[in-house]
Amino acid sequence: MLIQQLVNGLTLGAVYTLLALSFSLVMGILGILNLAIAELFMIGGYLGFTLITAGFPLPVAVLGGMLGAAAIAIAIEKIGYQPLRDAPLVTPMLSTLGFSIILQNVATNIWGSDPAQLPDEYFGKQYALGPINIGEMQLIVLVATVVLVAVVAYIVQKTPMGRALRAVAENREVARILGVSADRLTMLAFILSGSLAGVAGVLIALHYGTITPYLGVEIGLKAIAVMVIGGTRQIWGALVAGPLIGIAEVLTVAYGGSQVRDFVVYGFMILILLLRPQGLLGGARSDQGQRV
Amino acid sequence: MSTYYASLLAESGILLLGALSVYIILATGQLSLGNGAFMGIGAYLSSYLTVALNVPLTLALVIAAIAAGIIGAIVAFPALRLKGIYLAMATVGFGEMVRSFFLNFDAMGGSGGYRGMQHISVGYVWLWAGGILIAVMLLERSRVWLEMQAVHDDETAAGLIGLNTTVTKIGAFGAGAAVAAISGGLFAHHNVYIEPANFGFDRSIEFVLAVILGGSTVGPGSLVGSLLLVFLPEFLRPIADWRLAAFGTLLILVLLVRRQGILDRSLIRTLTFRRAAA
Repeated sequence: MLIQQLVNGLTLGAVYTLLALSFSLVMGILGILNLAIAELFMIGGYLGFTLITAGFPLPVAVLGGMLGAAAIAIAIEKIGYQPLRDAPLVTPMLSTLGFSIILQNVATNIWGSDPAQLPDEYFGKQYALGPINIGEMQLIVLVATVVLVAVVAYIVQKTPMGRALRAVAENREVARILGVSADRLTMLAFILSGSLAGVAGVLIALHYGTITPYLGVEIGLKAIAVMVIGGTRQIWGALVAGPLIGIAEVLTVAYGGSQVRDFVVYGFMILILLLRPQGLLGGARSDQGQRV
Repeated sequence: MSTYYASLLAESGILLLGALSVYIILATGQLSLGNGAFMGIGAYLSSYLTVALNVPLTLALVIAAIAAGIIGAIVAFPALRLKGIYLAMATVGFGEMVRSFFLNFDAMGGSGGYRGMQHISVGYVWLWAGGILIAVMLLERSRVWLEMQAVHDDETAAGLIGLNTTVTKIGAFGAGAAVAAISGGLFAHHNVYIEPANFGFDRSIEFVLAVILGGSTVGPGSLVGSLLLVFLPEFLRPIADWRLAAFGTLLILVLLVRRQGILDRSLIRTLTFRRAAA
């Protein structure tokens, strides 16, 4: 029973990891919270859902959700972030909030506010590993998360593009003086972040087999907590913090009641902010945050 | 005036207080995304006082404001270590924790909500809202406000010239929390029903939105912002299903055209984007 809970928590945590990474790519490099990421996640989920029910295979659905979310992320960067780049931090954050209001309204109008259901035959297969039951989709979520985190880590750590990204994160002006195109990399950060959110959306929608336009709001705030706990400058931080929070959540629901769940998660986040502001694995420091 | 518009007007008065609570804290350069929580504390505490203990409403509001102010100051203490967006995220966490607390607080209904309050008129709401707006505008002419602005502009420099930045920042948090609590008390007695979901992240963000849209450099900006946020969706009613999308679009447009908000005194006080001096 306990092991089963751990597996379920791990799956939830994997999705948190992807979404937290999506938040932290923008946060770590530009220092702003892109609140629309939660809705990109939801839109990605719907796109994947629609493609699957239309009979397309899973990889197409994942790709569709990813590209759709990335395309919207580009629009957000061009319209909502770029012109407000030198405004106080809260201004671009609220313009991304504007996008999130629009996206949620559009999703409600297209797909309706009632939950969309996936027929049971999709990914309903269960594998028994001794005492644990692990669903086909659960397995896919876990594997996809590990692969995606590895890909992002590779891009950020090993490629020239990633080095440029980290340079901009470190000091935008100096990076520009050294010939890095900060604008192009800002766009890149948004695209990477949007793609991750889209994929995460498809995965969670198919894992739960159901989706509502309010999916993003519920999971988005948690993902921000996971980002803080993992630290915003370390890719691997999210990989540790996601499962940690996922498991903590599932365990508090199982043994403490579902009501105390949020209390535990956000309490932990505040403790981390106060005691270890650079996150579990180190990185950006919160006592050097930019001015609002 | 129809009861419908009266209730919208009351709503904007309540929102104005919420917006001012953010405005006061923002004046010291701190962004709080958790003021919905202080509003909730004020709503629950004042409702308990009037319903269970038969305390007169005005006194209940004052008690709730003082209590929330103390909680705000206590919360601000550890928050002194945090700056900018990280402080904002900590306040998000605080807000969610308080909401979660009320969800589990079965003595006052838990997730079922709490009722039994006496309904108050729109006039009473605006007596408070207008009074506190005027108080804030008077504060803006005082030396205390100059000190808050100094902390906002450059905390290190403010400290170097001998200002007590700690007291200023904690005081602003406490005052903001107290104002938010009054907003909550009025909300509870105007709606005559409260539940934890009333005081979540959406509410906190709405406060910030009212301040930024209306103009974050002058007190009356919050007034413009709250009237706009309450009445604009009403004017957009003809487009029914798409009105939130239209609202979002207008929000982005206003931010793009007037990033300092609709109202501002002059360019002197325009918040300039600067990298932290530290």
